[in-house]
Amino acid sequence: MNLLLNTINGISLGSIYAIIALGYTMVYGIAKMLNFAHGDVIMVGAYICFCAMSYLSLPPVVGVVMAMVVCTILGMVIERLAYKPLRSAPSLAVLITAIGVSYFLQNAALLIWKSDPKVFPSVLAGIPGLEFFGGELRLTAVTIVTILANIVIMLALTTFTGKTKTGKAMRAVSEDKGAAQLMGIDVNRTISLTFAIGSGLAAIAGVLLCSAYPTLMPTTGSMPGIKAFTAAVLGGIGSIPGAMLGGILLGVIEIFARAYISTQLSDAIVFAVLIVVLLIRPTGLLGKKITEKV
Amino acid sequence: MSMLKVEDLHVYYGSIHAIKGVSFEVNEGEVVTLIGANGAGKSTTLNTVSGLLKPRTGKVEFMGKEIVGVPAHKIISHGLALCPEGRRVFLQMTVQENLEMGGFTRPAGEIGASIEDVYQRFPRLKERYKQMAGTLSGGEQQMLAMGRALMSKPKLLMLDEPSMGLAPILVEQIFAIVKELRETGTTILLVEQNAQMALSVADRAYVLETGTISMSGDAKELLTDERVQKAYLGG
Repeated sequence: MNLLLNTINGISLGSIYAIIALGYTMVYGIAKMLNFAHGDVIMVGAYICFCAMSYLSLPPVVGVVMAMVVCTILGMVIERLAYKPLRSAPSLAVLITAIGVSYFLQNAALLIWKSDPKVFPSVLAGIPGLEFFGGELRLTAVTIVTILANIVIMLALTTFTGKTKTGKAMRAVSEDKGAAQLMGIDVNRTISLTFAIGSGLAAIAGVLLCSAYPTLMPTTGSMPGIKAFTAAVLGGIGSIPGAMLGGILLGVIEIFARAYISTQLSDAIVFAVLIVVLLIRPTGLLGKKITEKV
Repeated sequence: MSMLKVEDLHVYYGSIHAIKGVSFEVNEGEVVTLIGANGAGKSTTLNTVSGLLKPRTGKVEFMGKEIVGVPAHKIISHGLALCPEGRRVFLQMTVQENLEMGGFTRPAGEIGASIEDVYQRFPRLKERYKQMAGTLSGGEQQMLAMGRALMSKPKLLMLDEPSMGLAPILVEQIFAIVKELRETGTTILLVEQNAQMALSVADRAYVLETGTISMSGDAKELLTDERVQKAYLGG
């Protein structure tokens, strides 16, 4: 029973990583850059939701929507101000800028919300979990909702990129910007849209993360951010199903390591797994090596 | 009537002066070819006309409108399509999706009929419509690239080295298609290293040499010109 519970908890934690990893992987796919500020967008989302619920006493749903709106705009603004001017700059310059944006967000949060940890009120407070096997297996509402949210987001994104005109255009841009422009696709708008979607998802991840682990600080986003990045690389960066698989695997490994090996070593184990996978499959689990025919 | 008019075009890559005052024009209904050796500036010229590169000075007029400075993604709406060098089809998208992208700027209702038109011209593509473009052979990819460019119903179709890297029999096929397109009234600007083939399908030709036009005239005449024979036709 414990094994099952741990697996489900792992999938739930992994779902949060997966939702964050989607933001990394989509932005990487389109803009070919690692947006290391992505983790901090999660933190901003969580703070916005926290403020809406605790200071303005708004219902949780409104808080979540507000967090999504703010993060979506924030993502687009970051892209416009920090990354767009560097579109043709060397990738190292963009990477350093992304780290700068990350510190900027953390310090801005420190100024606004101070350094003392806030206790995040779960957005699902008061909603009972589910019990199975006569109470032997208890799942919290947050665990279940997180997994469901992940499934819904995955299906929605797959449909979006596979069936809609804008989604297909996004794939075209990620493959060949020049050719996409020749088709009449506005590359700048597409990149902006990608940041918007990724950041909106980050808000959801932030709210879910803090509902499960209620300590909210300006640095709350950085560790999950790095783990989600790891998940994206594990699954094959640039691949949407890869982000999903990588995230869930990472979550399960982490929970298992904590439960059966060592709480302190769990992070080390997670990253060790990453190293091993990358040694065997440098492109990640679902990453494709693109062979071009000439 | 002159459809495309390029005047005194100068293009730089950093400090390298790649195109040094190129002028040419394409009239409605014509097939015009730019021939020249590797590095002569043929692709640079086409990429500049299509907005991917910005010229330092010079004019590009299409249907009487100045199009220098128009962003690349808006050029296609003017009726100017480029089938780029190296084909550049979207390898991880299906054949059908590639064609849909070709019709990106057209109303959704017209796409289906245009895709059917392309399939009629290239039956091979229809057989493989669900396949990823990356799994197609070189010749099929070239057909897809041409079909994709035709999806926008261009007034002027620019083809950049459509025969590159293809087996001789496929080169013949591609040129047969160019002839067909010309018969249906599509105006074509063709860039080629295969001068023999290009000159035999074109009405007029320009010879590009290290960024300048060294010769121009009737394609059939150039085909028999001594200098052209010597430099490009192995004569």
